[in-house]
Amino acid sequence: MTKHLRAGLWLLLLLGLWGPSSILAQSPNDADFLAALGELREASFADKEAIVERLIQNGHPGVHSVLTAFLSDRLYFRNDDQKVFIVKSTEGEPAALDLVDPQTVKDAGSAPADSLTKIGTNNRLRRVLRTTVARFGLSSPDTAVRLDAVRDIIRSLDEANVALLNERIGVETNASVKREISMGLALAALDGSDPKVRLDAVATLSQSVSQDVRNKLASLTEKSPDGNFVEADEQVRQAAVKALTTIDTWRTLYSYIETLFFGLSLGSVLVLVAIGLAITFGVMGVINMAHGELMMLGAYTTYVVQTAMPQHIGISILVAIPAAFVVAAVAGIVIERTIIRFLYGRPLETLLATFGLSLILQQLVRSIFSALNRSVETPAWMSGTLQLNEALSITYNRLYIVIFTLLVFAVIVAVMKRTRLGLNIRAVSQNRSMARAMGIRTEWVDAMTFGLGAGIAGVAGVALSQLTNVGPNLGQSYIIDSFMVVVFGGVGNLWGALVGGMSLGIVNKLLEPYSGAVLAKIFVLVALILFIQRRPRGLFPQTGRSAENG
Amino acid sequence: MTRRQICAAGLLLVLTLAVTKVITAQTAGTIKVGVLHSLSGTMAISETTLKDTILMMIAEQNKKGGLLGRKLEAVVVDPASNWPLFAEKAQQLLERDKVAVVFGCWTSVSRKSVLPVFEKNNGLLFYPVQYEGEESSKNVIYTGAAPNQQAIPAVDYLMKEVGVKRWVLEGTDYVYPRTTNKILEAYLQAKGVKSEDISINYTPFGFSDWQTRVAAIKRFGSAGKKTAVVSTINGDANVPFYKELGNQKISAEDIPVVAFSVGEEELSGLDTKPLVGHLAAWNYFQSISSPVNKTFIDQWKTYIKNPKRTTNDPMEAHYVGFNLWVKAVQKAGTTDVEKVLAALPGLETPNLTGGIAKMLPNHHITKPVYIGEVRADGQFDVVWKTTGTVPGDAWSDFLPGSKDIDADWVTLKCGNYNKVSKKCSGQNYK
Repeated sequence: MTKHLRAGLWLLLLLGLWGPSSILAQSPNDADFLAALGELREASFADKEAIVERLIQNGHPGVHSVLTAFLSDRLYFRNDDQKVFIVKSTEGEPAALDLVDPQTVKDAGSAPADSLTKIGTNNRLRRVLRTTVARFGLSSPDTAVRLDAVRDIIRSLDEANVALLNERIGVETNASVKREISMGLALAALDGSDPKVRLDAVATLSQSVSQDVRNKLASLTEKSPDGNFVEADEQVRQAAVKALTTIDTWRTLYSYIETLFFGLSLGSVLVLVAIGLAITFGVMGVINMAHGELMMLGAYTTYVVQTAMPQHIGISILVAIPAAFVVAAVAGIVIERTIIRFLYGRPLETLLATFGLSLILQQLVRSIFSALNRSVETPAWMSGTLQLNEALSITYNRLYIVIFTLLVFAVIVAVMKRTRLGLNIRAVSQNRSMARAMGIRTEWVDAMTFGLGAGIAGVAGVALSQLTNVGPNLGQSYIIDSFMVVVFGGVGNLWGALVGGMSLGIVNKLLEPYSGAVLAKIFVLVALILFIQRRPRGLFPQTGRSAENG
Repeated sequence: MTRRQICAAGLLLVLTLAVTKVITAQTAGTIKVGVLHSLSGTMAISETTLKDTILMMIAEQNKKGGLLGRKLEAVVVDPASNWPLFAEKAQQLLERDKVAVVFGCWTSVSRKSVLPVFEKNNGLLFYPVQYEGEESSKNVIYTGAAPNQQAIPAVDYLMKEVGVKRWVLEGTDYVYPRTTNKILEAYLQAKGVKSEDISINYTPFGFSDWQTRVAAIKRFGSAGKKTAVVSTINGDANVPFYKELGNQKISAEDIPVVAFSVGEEELSGLDTKPLVGHLAAWNYFQSISSPVNKTFIDQWKTYIKNPKRTTNDPMEAHYVGFNLWVKAVQKAGTTDVEKVLAALPGLETPNLTGGIAKMLPNHHITKPVYIGEVRADGQFDVVWKTTGTVPGDAWSDFLPGSKDIDADWVTLKCGNYNKVSKKCSGQNYK
């Protein structure tokens, strides 16, 4: 009884907070609201929780904004007069922060960032805040916010929240939000007593693929320790078993799609790191052990570009792509002109010289940027996930890298097939003396080819900066992989690198859940060695006269 | 003047001369302190800082007039993150440079590599990093945390304060994570956690493609029970791991990750946004306010000439270790390893968190344990700490083989004494 009363009160309170019927609300107490805010400054985490409760009870119109800001680390106080403010945005660490007065929810000028102190939260407090803010979010005009709010609320279903959802389903217009709410209500209805309602609930739930629903249904089919079924109602249990089978079938399907995507994304990283090498090693036949360090240069270029434009993290990554290409390509041309051109036709010496060079480049970076890793921020548009449904989501950074790899690949193929440079490169690689006889400056073509391969390595470095550490050892961890892909795909063949990289990625990811990451990698290596034994020229061997010379 | 007086005067003169000669001989030499930390290669990222810490401590000590009236002199070598090279360099320090003490090593494998060298040459090594235990050498002083000073309290915190029921033990594939996870698994099972609620997984060094693992953790964690990840992931693999957690929207509120190898130094190299709220267990945090910590941080920033540099737990271990060694040398009146080792047990020195570190007979020290939540600025908020300090236990009480083993270098004079069979079985129990 008291519980119902409390739920009712909750509803009244919340209606009062945002609804048009705000007359119903208790008159919000400005003084208490401000006092509670003031206490937040010095309070311990446990006390802060109590203060948040007090703020909710208070019902002041500013509470929603204050709690949202508190959750997203935007609640500050000014050092000189200890007044609490909401900060509009801390994105990009601006020198001056725009303030909002929590009482009136209106702009209150701006203040330098170092004159403000943030009021911190911890995990426990953030959990409390998230559910609270979700209650407010239910009536947001933004569909996505409403959907997130419903999902947050479903995770902590108590009577007050069920009452809220019941209230909301009548006014909700968006189909997907409505569906989500009915899922939540069905979950709650399972705990009821009416067998008819419960059967309906199971039927509704069978359309979902969410893990929470699955767990709930699975708990209905379990046996308790004394041998009896937890669920006494035979009919409900049968329905639950059926629903569970449907859900599991879908979830298995989605998990295959997920693994496939993981494989493609690992594969595209492999292709990206190998594609530059496919040009220098594949086309020119130069074993370039410093290939990884050229990627490292690209990653550090990203870091430098980002430090140069701290206000525009989102754009900096796009600026970094051409910048990294130029830096790595210039480095590549310098390497070719000063070292490699003296060593053509002597693979062992090239290998040793470029290995030495890779160590020099690593130490150079250590001296300039220190041995510590540098932090490259992920722009907002690249973080987070694309939620296709409850069982399948794809992370944006991986998705963009897959797309990026395909783009880079398309550009390279176009350069090789459609441009003068590409024609020259192919001519020189097929028959050097004949190309020279036709008036091609082979030396210049060599330098340009190596520069192109190096530049692509630099571009790969930009992508890697989003996935892994930007540090002096970045290159070392990818050099083996890139040689592996080129050898597997067939030396001298760009398409081989693409197919080879993608298939290695997928095979690796298919094995990983069963064998663990360490063994998966070993299996792939062993399989690759056996494959090379059978087909020494890789997947797509070069045919014709050029192959004989190679 | 009588003949006797002349004799006496002559004798006095000879005596005075002799004494002055001895004294000058003593003051002329410096005390050599070996520093064995990688300054290049993969571990340079962590170990360079420790080399600088020891150099700073030596400079400070020399400002105070040195030790026993002699100046300290650092002998720095670079083992280049190469485990066999660690043993070579250690040999060079002990045999050629004749250093009085060595501060060094980070990874357990480097410690295991130098161990026979120190035992053969009767050297003295101060090891400053948290490790897996199951070792107590006569010639090594372990100033880092043993498992009962870091891993066990962290699991206790998650179990009691956060209510965690399901556990993912995620580690890098080498000796420290494997031993620590073995101890933790035994501990959790002793506490009644079922084996289907524990998932153990290892990944290679520098692993960067975490998609599958994080998706698996997400699935494991959504079985309806509160789940936490205990991470012994070391070094470079951490950044992509936390990035992937952030991308797959696993927040610290849902599945907290408690790490044993992520400190202020590591956080300074990465974008901390996806990490906020995740946990770390250490015996020291830079954010802990105590007068002695403030002095140390100021001293460090001045010495390294960079106001943005951070301090971390292994640095504190070196601070404590260095001060313990100085006290032991002062107490023994010599730098002779046997005498210093005899003087060490029982010595006390203030640690940086406002408590006292005491040297124990098993060559470990007492330490407080703190759990911190990562803040957006790369520092930690302490959310839990032990009451008082925890004495380091060399041999875990939760592993079947090591339960009966005791280390005591004062009365038993043994690093692994079996309490049941009453035998000392050499230094390496296996």
